[in-house]
Amino acid sequence: MNEPKIHVKDFDFFYGASKVLHGISMDIPDRQVTALIGPSGCGKSTFVRSINRMNDIIPDARGTGTILIDGKNVYGRDTDVVALRRRVGMVFQKSNPFPKSIFENVAYGLRINGGGSKREMAEIVERSLRRAALWEEVKDRLHSSAFALSGGQQQRLCIARALAVDPEILLMDEPASALDPIATTKIEELIYELKSNYTIVIVTHNMQQAARVSDKTAFFMMGRLVELGDTKTMFMTPKEKMTEDYVTGRFG
Amino acid sequence: MNTTFKSRDDRGFRIGTGAIAALVLLVVLGIGFELTRQSLLSIAKFGFGFWKGTTWDPVSGEFGALPFIWGTLYSALLALLLSTPIAIGIAVFISELSPRALRQPLTYLTELLAAIPSIVYGLWGVFVLVPAVRKLELMTPESWKKIPLFKGPPLGVGMLAAALILAVMVIPLTSSVAREVLKNVPSTQREAAYALGATRWEAIRIALGFGRTGIIGAIMLGFGRALGETMAVTMVIGNNPQLSASLFAPQYTMAAVIANEFSEAADELYLHALIEIGLLLFIITIIVNLISRVMVRSRRTA
Repeated sequence: MNEPKIHVKDFDFFYGASKVLHGISMDIPDRQVTALIGPSGCGKSTFVRSINRMNDIIPDARGTGTILIDGKNVYGRDTDVVALRRRVGMVFQKSNPFPKSIFENVAYGLRINGGGSKREMAEIVERSLRRAALWEEVKDRLHSSAFALSGGQQQRLCIARALAVDPEILLMDEPASALDPIATTKIEELIYELKSNYTIVIVTHNMQQAARVSDKTAFFMMGRLVELGDTKTMFMTPKEKMTEDYVTGRFG
Repeated sequence: MNTTFKSRDDRGFRIGTGAIAALVLLVVLGIGFELTRQSLLSIAKFGFGFWKGTTWDPVSGEFGALPFIWGTLYSALLALLLSTPIAIGIAVFISELSPRALRQPLTYLTELLAAIPSIVYGLWGVFVLVPAVRKLELMTPESWKKIPLFKGPPLGVGMLAAALILAVMVIPLTSSVAREVLKNVPSTQREAAYALGATRWEAIRIALGFGRTGIIGAIMLGFGRALGETMAVTMVIGNNPQLSASLFAPQYTMAAVIANEFSEAADELYLHALIEIGLLLFIITIIVNLISRVMVRSRRTA
């Protein structure tokens, strides 16, 4: 087993006075898909948003403990958050394209990070759209509005936009929960394709989805990490009673 | 529409609200009609020449509206130029940057500015702004005075004072609408920008871009207010009907001339000429509104 891409040790998180994550410790392996499952409000979204410090924009929110990416502390004093978020891309639950053209959406991350020549830009946009399995559907209308795309296409556009800045890690916060089954299948196939190049952490409410796409699964419950293991083991023979109850739907 | 109104209540409700909506249209048409009817003498005598005429001489019965049209548009545009960056700056600060504890008081204070009656602004203009503008004009280097923008004697009253006071009056309106627009930009837009490595400034630009139609609307609303503003402008603009590009020259606006001369318009033609100016202001305001609507619509489809 190689070094983990992300190493988390005793990580706590607070919104104001309320503690929402309690001493999370886990290793997330490189170039594999790790799924975070658990009931609503269990802290899995907060946790995934801690990895690229998206929670920084929420007032009174703070994290303590250690999250290391390639051995470097995400919450270190000299961490450049802007550079961190370039390395750690994110896809959200609701697709959120900018009110720009398809091309400009994908190119946005490049433009704010210094841009490039027109040709480079076009190449990267094409490559990103291809990787997000959207190129064939949009190549003839790159300059029309992103809002004209269907929900599933918009979500793949958001994935392409995240890939364009060439991240190493891709965080996905319920990326398919607002999509129909066909669009969901496309996203799942895409995740499978992407994991050879990216370390992926995906939050999902959909147990079958976790079983289908992930290599590792982590089960969260009330702000604590209950169990982490190979996805197969987690779904067939979990160690914890709570995990078994949850994955078999006997919960609550 | 193929909705059928089976219930009697529904039909009654529909007719009732429809009548009220029709009333609005009727009022607008009525104003247009009445303004035209009351200015027939002047329309008959000057025709379209009224729009282009530069002489305003009640004694000899010569009336032309161009200096007033110019003064109105020039002062409103200058006010827009001065107020827009400040108003949007205020909106951005309150909605995106300010500490939460400051947000409410700042919002309240800017809205308070809008509640001050325009006569009070006028008084402040006469006693504070005009002397300050005069000092500024006295400080203008001689070499600059060759530029048309700075020509003329340093009177204090004039276009610059009017534009400044209009800007101050327009800021609260524009900024509060812009603030509402920014508040309604979904947080997912900012998150998307941050997640791609955007700085605070870049994320704000995304929010402004998302709300751009609303922001244009806010600016246009301010423009509309500046066009029609009467009292404060009358008190500081100098009330001299002349066509001048100079910021220092005393000029006149359409609203100001109506307010000032209405009570002294003794003969019929004079009165009709003043009412025709009202008609022109009415038409210009409608055109500005139409243009802003077209702008908003074309940006939306882009």
